[in-house]
Amino acid sequence: MTMKLSARQYKQRLGFSLLTLMTFLTIIPIMGVVIYIIYLGLPAINLEFLTGFPREGMREGGILPAIIGTFYLTLGTAIFAVPLGIGSAIYLSEYAPDNKATQLIRIAIINLAGIPSVVYGLFGLGLFVLFLGFGTSILAGSLTLSIMTLPVIISTTEEALRAVPQSFRTVSMSLGATKWQTIRRIVLPQALPGILTGVILGLERAAGETAPILFTVAAFFLPRLPNSPLDATMALPYHLYVISTQVPGMPIKIQYGTALVLLAFVLSMNLVATAIRSRARARRQW
Amino acid sequence: MNKISIRNLSLTYSDGTQPLRDISFDIPANQISVIFGPAGGGKSSLLRTLNRLNDLTDLQVQEGSVLLDGSDLLDPSLDVIQLRRQVGMVFARPVVLPLSIKKNVTYGLEVAGETNKDHLSEAVESSLKKAAIWDEVKDRLDDPAIALSGGQQQRICLARVLALEPEVILLDEPTSGLDPISTGKVEESLQDLKREYTIVLVPHSVQQAARTADQAIFLLQGELIEVNSGELMFTNPQDPRTQDYIQGRFG
Repeated sequence: MTMKLSARQYKQRLGFSLLTLMTFLTIIPIMGVVIYIIYLGLPAINLEFLTGFPREGMREGGILPAIIGTFYLTLGTAIFAVPLGIGSAIYLSEYAPDNKATQLIRIAIINLAGIPSVVYGLFGLGLFVLFLGFGTSILAGSLTLSIMTLPVIISTTEEALRAVPQSFRTVSMSLGATKWQTIRRIVLPQALPGILTGVILGLERAAGETAPILFTVAAFFLPRLPNSPLDATMALPYHLYVISTQVPGMPIKIQYGTALVLLAFVLSMNLVATAIRSRARARRQW
Repeated sequence: MNKISIRNLSLTYSDGTQPLRDISFDIPANQISVIFGPAGGGKSSLLRTLNRLNDLTDLQVQEGSVLLDGSDLLDPSLDVIQLRRQVGMVFARPVVLPLSIKKNVTYGLEVAGETNKDHLSEAVESSLKKAAIWDEVKDRLDDPAIALSGGQQQRICLARVLALEPEVILLDEPTSGLDPISTGKVEESLQDLKREYTIVLVPHSVQQAARTADQAIFLLQGELIEVNSGELMFTNPQDPRTQDYIQGRFG
């Protein structure tokens, strides 16, 4: 027996190194984006920027209306999409008969997730803004974002429900519980962390989207806060688009400052989702 | 007196396979009836017919009747929830619900609408005592049940069935995952419990069948081969196939 590494072992080492390299290559752009935006955007961040109104053709002042607008849109999306999405997921996972119709619904939902967001925007313009007469408003924008978010919420919730062991359901029913009691007392509490994670990831996507709000809610320049769901509003992603492409002589730090605020908004939601998930994983009993 | 009478029972899956064919026998009250035989013989399917748990699968009753105290429990209009309280079940793998020890025991009562705290605590104490686990858990009733050992969990599962004060208890290989000492404890509890309840057990071995059976039922590939008292079945079986199985020639 020799102490030399065989060809097989060399191959294994080579493969292993390649995979490690690939992982690092993925991290580099992510870190790059974050560091670049913090570096260029941080100088813009101060109290006035976060709590003031835009001035001098948005070249100075703050972005409060856009921050509040994005907050309201996310909240509005949550109000419509969360109950609807969780409800449909419970139906699909626990009640729906396993037949062609159910499969068709699932396929439809999966495909809904693949529709480009600008198409949702156009649809929202047609249905909510024009046909239902909501005008360009937070209501129309939230509804459009809700439709876009629903597939994410439905499929992650369904997955979370399926992950709860079938034996819990059988045992619960064998003790005389009804199906609904079983879902409410056993299945939902166990699936809740997974559901919350899915909800937050869905809302996070809604918060960062530009195209769906382009025609349905976003105002180019509206230096006041909305005071009704039927008001239009500024919103961070659209504001970023506007000041990056539509306004000549825009200071770079205002652009990157806005990007940083949007990034922080979305990443903090992501952190909450991660925290919920890891806490639940530590407490999980199966 | 017969608690349950099974007449000409046949079960069938939607793909046409039949786990049970034309089964008839009686289950006497306050005895341990043991249904044994090699794997795939239809023991679990039979057990799950008795509390209609097969309703959750695509296993259908093709024909026959199962009378519990004289009324057919296969009647589609029967209140299945009520039946499952009357006919409790302990499964092969101890599946405690992701709740505290106490909540596991009171689960069945609470879903039935019992809210009286005193009744619930009484039920916890008396059923944990009957399942011979009270002394081990009485100081930590609010701990998660999953923290207990497998043997303890299985006795919690038994206690949670007893809390519903059922008339019949079904046990599907309740000791298959347990060490001999825990197994002994469960078997001992069964001997006490049969004074109050009718017990139907699918044992995890022929030896366990012989140790526990008042009445024994031998199932082979969906057919009932022999029904006899435990004593006769394991000393002087009538059918050569029963004899071969008990003596370990197949299975």
